Amino acid sequence: MKLLPLLVLFTTLLKTHCVNIEENAGQFFSSGHTNNWAVLVCTSRFWFNYRHVANTLSVYRSVKRLGIPDSHIVLMLADDMACNHRNPKPATVFSHKNMELNVYGDDVEVDYRGYEVTVENFLRVLTGRLPPSTPRSKRLLSDDRSNILIYLTGHGGNGFLKFQDSEEISNVELADAFEQMWQKRRYNELLFIIDTCQGASMYERFYSPNLMALASSQVGEDSLSHQPDLAIGVHLMDRYTFYLLEFLEDIHPASKTNMNDLFKVCPKSQCVSTPGHRTDLFLRDPASVLITDFFGSVRKVEITREAVNLSDPIEQEQESPMNDDEHGKVFSYADQLPVSEIIHQKPKQKDWHPPDGFILGLWTLILLVFFRTYGVKHLKHIF
Amino acid sequence: MKPRDEGSSLSGLLRYRGQQDGLLTRLNAPICAVCYFAGVAWFMGLAFEPFTLRTYMSENAMGSTMVEERFPSGERALATGREFAAHKKRVGGMPVDWLVKTMQARGLEVFTQSFSRTLPFPDENKERFMVKGTNVYGILRAPRAPRTEALVLSAPCSPGDNNNQAVGLLLGLAHYFRNQIFWAKDIIFLVNEHDLIGMQAWLEGYHHTNTTGMDWSPLQGRGGSIQAALSLELSSDVITSLDIVLEGLNGQLPNLDLANLFYAFCQKIGVLCTIQGKLQRSDWDSVSGYSQAVQTMMLMVLKQASGRPWGDHGLFLRYHIEAATITGINSFRQYKTDTTTIGRLLEGMYRKLNNLLERLHQSYFFYLMPSLSHFVSIGYYMPAFGLLAVILLLRALDLWVQLSAPPPRTEDGIVDVEQSSPGLLSVLTPLVISHLTGAALYMLPIRFQDMAVEHFPVSETEAVVLTAIAVYTAGLALPHNTHRLLSGEGTEQGWRVLKLVAVLYLAVLLGCTALINFSLGFILALSLVPVAAFVTPHVPKVLSAFVLVILSPACTLLFSVFFFQELQEMPVSFQDGWLLYLSVISQGILDHSLYGSLVYPLIALLIYPCWLLFWNILFWK
Repeated sequence: MKLLPLLVLFTTLLKTHCVNIEENAGQFFSSGHTNNWAVLVCTSRFWFNYRHVANTLSVYRSVKRLGIPDSHIVLMLADDMACNHRNPKPATVFSHKNMELNVYGDDVEVDYRGYEVTVENFLRVLTGRLPPSTPRSKRLLSDDRSNILIYLTGHGGNGFLKFQDSEEISNVELADAFEQMWQKRRYNELLFIIDTCQGASMYERFYSPNLMALASSQVGEDSLSHQPDLAIGVHLMDRYTFYLLEFLEDIHPASKTNMNDLFKVCPKSQCVSTPGHRTDLFLRDPASVLITDFFGSVRKVEITREAVNLSDPIEQEQESPMNDDEHGKVFSYADQLPVSEIIHQKPKQKDWHPPDGFILGLWTLILLVFFRTYGVKHLKHIF
Repeated sequence: MKPRDEGSSLSGLLRYRGQQDGLLTRLNAPICAVCYFAGVAWFMGLAFEPFTLRTYMSENAMGSTMVEERFPSGERALATGREFAAHKKRVGGMPVDWLVKTMQARGLEVFTQSFSRTLPFPDENKERFMVKGTNVYGILRAPRAPRTEALVLSAPCSPGDNNNQAVGLLLGLAHYFRNQIFWAKDIIFLVNEHDLIGMQAWLEGYHHTNTTGMDWSPLQGRGGSIQAALSLELSSDVITSLDIVLEGLNGQLPNLDLANLFYAFCQKIGVLCTIQGKLQRSDWDSVSGYSQAVQTMMLMVLKQASGRPWGDHGLFLRYHIEAATITGINSFRQYKTDTTTIGRLLEGMYRKLNNLLERLHQSYFFYLMPSLSHFVSIGYYMPAFGLLAVILLLRALDLWVQLSAPPPRTEDGIVDVEQSSPGLLSVLTPLVISHLTGAALYMLPIRFQDMAVEHFPVSETEAVVLTAIAVYTAGLALPHNTHRLLSGEGTEQGWRVLKLVAVLYLAVLLGCTALINFSLGFILALSLVPVAAFVTPHVPKVLSAFVLVILSPACTLLFSVFFFQELQEMPVSFQDGWLLYLSVISQGILDHSLYGSLVYPLIALLIYPCWLLFWNILFWK
């Protein structure tokens, strides 16, 4: 007698379990990416910019710990701090004062080092336009199902980032590079993090879909350094990346923390500057985006119930005879993702500038000459 | 005012210009007086604290004082200093062997350099004539860096009981630095004999130049291009304050960042720091506070104007090496600082200099410091000189207008024929004779010292100085004799042309001097610009002759000597002051031949002839 309710209970449990599997399976598909890449760039050299190298290396460490292999990480460091003559602890780069955490370790693979970190190389890596002789470790071999994390740090200003004290990359160039990546289907979703002064200006000009951006400070604010270490004699980290590293230390490959928690990292009380973020180009809701979608490399499993029939041979397609009226037909690419329909961007208001000083000076000169030649008495006719 | 509807007729223009000329001539003297007082007031106002800027570190690579100083062995340094003193007394000079052995024991690469020099005449201040000595230096090689850059720490080997602790601290620091691995530049520890002469020999040997005719042996070991240098002078076991000396040869100053670095570390470690030996005060709005700042600034101005290096560091500046001298002062204060703290301060400074990537160039090279925490840059102090130079230009303009004005008609309408343009000879002759006198003032004292010693019962130094003064005074008698050479009388136009030339010449001279050595240019301008402005043949002769002599370069120097002693709170009686004045002249001549100081040639060959031109104008007939 008791068997029937037990059987009913068992079938309901099985059903709900199946439904759970469906739900879990559904969750697996929610992001749509199959592989993860990371491009981590430190753009400044010289000993007093130790903290930028430490920033990049700490993000590298977190990303590697969460599963992205070295073959999928492009690490660009503009200077070698570990072997700098002034380093009192050679072969180490510390991120916490009192030398608690050595982010250099013994398995760091730097792909672009020293003078190879240039704006041109960075853009070539992003867009894939590298000479054929470039080794695989220096290429970003992403496809349209890759989620890419891009982290930049260094000295920046309103609308630009300084590379190596000799050149700059502007926010327009960066936005165009991302658009090239979109058109060539080089990413599925892209997370852009920048830790420089006035970092928010770098993501102002983005216009490609599926971009999410985070910056350490707004326009007009400076990102501040942290962790002064007296033994080494420099600041070891920047504030934003320091708290970002603390946040990431709590993430493990299976954690379900989402982007909204990332946006809350380093509030103004800790960072002194106001971190900013941009999500309007991103199609999914940030609350449904996991941290590990970008920082980790989680293998996805695709469940299918269809059987694929491999018994029939593949038939060659018959070539149809060419029609004359098909000759003059002009082909064009279909707009696969109508961006302008999806994203409603307000047209940017051009600020009114007063007339140029040169024009003013020229007109003043003309007026002066006029009045000099014809006498000042004409002035009363004007006024 | 002209009626408006006269338009632009020719006569109207001429009348307008005439009025303008009248304006210029009438207002010239008042404007000149106003400019002069404005210039002096501007200069005095430079020391007023709201008009100055706080010092700050400009070099990014040096950053803040964020470094950990761990120098432990001040006592051992003092023991080494006592050992050095004992060996110095035993040898009766520089204990070369002991120094070589000690430096080698500390792991440095040690080399020596011997030098010799015969002074043009004996130096009575330091009692030397034929100088022979040895420099000893040890190089601490950077553990991992290529040998491209170097820093220098030097201490002089002085006779008697001076600077023993400095050498001891130098050796103690060498021992401590050798154990660190973070040096990116070689550090050269130098002990030089006969202070400036030894330093000159070492620098010439290091840079392969020979500008002063000294004899030295080539350097066997070298360390790359020197980025910065510090010279240490410490004569007591404990000190109450540290003084920094910045003025170098020809009034050149090191980059302000070096002084900023010193001040920053003094504040971090808590050592009392002074400049010009004067403490800075925080009550800038009170009279005594302001006068303290003015005194500090005037001391710096006088030291810079003298053109001599006021410490061993002064000779480095010529090679574009930023250098300063740090002196330890032990006076009657309660709080004493020990040697370990001084060692820590130096360690911190060297660690920060180690972080440099290029030579110090971000901060100012031309500045004045009314106190260690405030400075006045060239943009703020140049207008003071500019106001004085404007007087000369106004005078020149006035003379030009007078020269080109139509000649005044006499009563019967005949133009005075004698107002024709003066002969070139009457203008050129005073010029040539003045410059010949200047050349005599430059060359005769040293050349004829032997003859003077034969005929008069004086020593060589006195002979040189007295010959200089004699030639100077002889120049005063020139105008009366020049006119015996020239036939006929000089004309009204003649002296005007000569004065125009002289005024423009003085303006160019003072301008160029002020650009290189502002203090010298300003002090000379203060005395010579009134001379240039008011002298004409028509002013009362006796009074203006007296004023002219008072304002001549020699008397300016005499007053400066007395003023300098007053500022240092060691006022001298007239007797001692006169002897000090004579020694200053001899030191100036010696500096020129030993190190290439340009003050003596400038005054003898250029300023003095210019002043003689004005003297000529005064006695123009």
